Amino acid sequence: MMIGLSHYLIVSAILFSIGLVGVLRRRNLLMLFFATEVMLNAVNIAFAAISHYYNDLTGQMFAFFIIAIAASEVAVGLGILIVLYKKYGSLDLDDLASMRG
Amino acid sequence: MYEIVAFYLFSALTIGLFLITVMSKNILYSMTSLAAGMVLISGFFFILGADFLGVVQLVVYVGAVMALYAFAMMFFDATRDIKEKNTNNALVFLLGGLSALVLVLMFAAPIFSESVQALYPMHEGVGNAQDVGIVLFTKYLVPFEVAALMLLVAMIAGIILAGKKMDVSLTEDMGADDEIMIVKDEK
Amino acid sequence: MENLVYIALFAPFIGSLFAALFGMSERKIFVGIVGSLFIGLSFVASATLAFNLYTTGTVVHVTMMDWINAGDLNIPFGFVVDQISVTMMTVVTLVSTVVHIYAIGYMDHDKSFNRFFSYLSAFVFSMMILVMSDNFAGLFIGWEGVGVCSWLLVGFWYHKPDQTREENPSISPSWAANEAFIMNRIADLGMLIGIFILYWNTGSLQYDEVFAQLPYLGETVLVTAAIALFIGAMGKSAQFPLHTWLTDAMEGPTPVSALIHAATMVTAGVFLVIRSNPLYSMEEVAGVSFFIASLGTFVAFYAASMALVERDLKRIIAYSTLSQLGYMFAAAGLGAYWIALFHLAAHAFFKALLFLGGGNVMHAMHDELDLFKMGALRKKMRGTWIYMTIASVALAGLPPLAGFWSKDAIIETAFNEHTYILWAMLVITAGMTAFYSFRQVFLSFHGEDRHTPLGFHPHEMYKFVLVAMSPLAVLAVITGWFMGSYKAFIYKIGETVQYEMSDHTHHLATYLGLIVIFFAISGIAYAYYKYARTGENAWQRSEKVENGFFYKLLANQYYVPKFYEEFITKPYMMISEKFWTQVDLKIVDATVDNIAKFLYGSGDKTRSMQTGNLSNYLNWMAVGAVLLLVIAAISAMIG
Repeated sequence: MMIGLSHYLIVSAILFSIGLVGVLRRRNLLMLFFATEVMLNAVNIAFAAISHYYNDLTGQMFAFFIIAIAASEVAVGLGILIVLYKKYGSLDLDDLASMRG
Repeated sequence: MYEIVAFYLFSALTIGLFLITVMSKNILYSMTSLAAGMVLISGFFFILGADFLGVVQLVVYVGAVMALYAFAMMFFDATRDIKEKNTNNALVFLLGGLSALVLVLMFAAPIFSESVQALYPMHEGVGNAQDVGIVLFTKYLVPFEVAALMLLVAMIAGIILAGKKMDVSLTEDMGADDEIMIVKDEK
Repeated sequence: MENLVYIALFAPFIGSLFAALFGMSERKIFVGIVGSLFIGLSFVASATLAFNLYTTGTVVHVTMMDWINAGDLNIPFGFVVDQISVTMMTVVTLVSTVVHIYAIGYMDHDKSFNRFFSYLSAFVFSMMILVMSDNFAGLFIGWEGVGVCSWLLVGFWYHKPDQTREENPSISPSWAANEAFIMNRIADLGMLIGIFILYWNTGSLQYDEVFAQLPYLGETVLVTAAIALFIGAMGKSAQFPLHTWLTDAMEGPTPVSALIHAATMVTAGVFLVIRSNPLYSMEEVAGVSFFIASLGTFVAFYAASMALVERDLKRIIAYSTLSQLGYMFAAAGLGAYWIALFHLAAHAFFKALLFLGGGNVMHAMHDELDLFKMGALRKKMRGTWIYMTIASVALAGLPPLAGFWSKDAIIETAFNEHTYILWAMLVITAGMTAFYSFRQVFLSFHGEDRHTPLGFHPHEMYKFVLVAMSPLAVLAVITGWFMGSYKAFIYKIGETVQYEMSDHTHHLATYLGLIVIFFAISGIAYAYYKYARTGENAWQRSEKVENGFFYKLLANQYYVPKFYEEFITKPYMMISEKFWTQVDLKIVDATVDNIAKFLYGSGDKTRSMQTGNLSNYLNWMAVGAVLLLVIAAISAMIG
């Protein structure tokens, strides 16, 4: 059976849902970041697949910029994580809930 | 033939590894499986003919980002399990399952538009890296420069957030100057 | 010429604004002087316009600016100076000037001196708009303006507390002001309906355009419009049953009573009828006109009867104003519009003089108005005595003073129209008028000295005030002599305003006049016999008389105010209170409050969503995203 666009898209969808489950389940901030990375990568697969099957470079361009953004997001996010750890002593989300309404 | 095998192998492995990332209680296992999964994703890119993208994925994601995460791991004792409380498992799996179901159903139905026009079509005979280079530096120049600026800002932000004792210079040798001063006074 | 119109119109307004600048300061005499000067300027302009109209006969039309211009409705601010309006203008400004100068002396002890002049000049301005407008809308603006200024001025001493009806039939100045304004408002509804009907059927509110189209309108329209406009006139000119406010308006300072409730505002109703004389002289409206005349005669008699036993000096004069207004309406209702206008002018002069003289007495007696406490004041207040006697003779209608010519013309009109019942009532009322006006003069200025034992030390008013009152006295004497030339002057407006006695009446004119003079002199003689003698024939209060049925009926104003209070005011207050507590508080306020409570409550409840926990927020985000996904999928499948 030929691998069509839908195969890649289904794989991307499954990976995205796995990432979503991770985001919702994780209470530790660092592991939350891991799940976010999973989601970003899943989307990258989808972009590259569409780019391949439509013979358009736009998808790959988008994937590049997503990678760039993810990199800078990790840098800043980990910086914040360090500051939070210094202030609160723990990385559990329930302990970081100081902005309650 | 090879493509089919590679695709199914990579997808099975990736799904398994990412499941470990999301479900594991050990942070070391979680991080390692994330790195491995990212390598496999670059494999996907190579199958799809996006060579440059695959290399960038390896270099940036697996090389830089995972290294950053590894440094962040210093805050934890890798042997102990992370205790997580009150996860509403039912809601979480319901949402995840529902979204997976809906998306898969949407993508499985073979309804693709026939009239999509390629905006930046790939050129035959030109390698992928060259193609990407041409488009990136002509059509996508402004986003490229902006992304560079953004990376610079993120780097500085990271340094400021994580650095300590930044008012003292780390390169100047204070001791030598003091010695010279003392000798001068003695004279 | 147009500049004169603007000067006549706006000089009082500028005077009012100037005085308003000092409204919060203490008494400054130049405020009164400047105010009087501006009104005097307006008088000079009006007199010049009158002279110009008299010599050249050109009517001056001025359109100041467009006011309402919406679709077919076009109402400009326009003014016309024709014979009717110029008569009113000169009368109003002349009396206003005298009253302003008088008020400088009268209000000298009042700490709200400046505010008084501001209100007074504002009133003159509104009255000028009323008489000078060339359309019904401008008339209505002036109408409302004089109503407001009357309210401000009657309630001038607003800080006086309410008293019971036995102590003070007018309860208090603020109550009297409210009563005046509310009664006028009730009548204004009728006037507005009349204006609407006229506009609806003629498409314009300009006098000339409306009157030109009157012959083409149907009978019902004409009659309804006439009735509606007259209801408005009834309120302003205090005809029965909207008359109780006029006597209560005496709570205001005396210059106010002299200006507003004698010469100008109360005549606005008569002015309206005279101005609309093309409407009221139409055949179809004859029934309404006759009703106006009958009502006027009835009011004349009714008011004169109540003045027979009144003790309060100003209230007697107020009743006499009411009575004379009835005379004017009788003339207008019978079609003798120019006679009504002439009587309006003559009456303004001698009534204002009467009020100002009464003010002198009140000022001298330290605001005491009870006639029973006065007596033999002529020795101490010679000037005022002379003025009041002149005015009373004019009011009683003795020749050669002004009142005789104008009143006699009205009584002759009643005879001429073969309405003999009206004629008889008017003649008897003339006798009663003579009696009560001289009763008042004799009780206060003649007879035994009752005031010194009670501790009063009256003295005459300032010289300049007496000098200022002199033009009114002169006019009260000579106005009647110019009736002929006035008739020629006013006939130039048109046919509808003209009225001639038949030959039959002309032959009997002297006899009719003699009958009236006889009644008047007998009234005066009886009053002299009862009240003016001294010594053992001096008048004394009599318990028997004061407790008699008719005496009590008249002294309590036929119990009409009491009736209004029991059957109109009290139930209305009850209904208002019911509406306030049951409907307004419980329903309207509750609805608004409940909306606010609901919003507040819902916000309070959803506040629990803000846990501060990132994981919780991510949950919500995922829920939203999945929801949108599902909706997209479903709509894609349906579509």
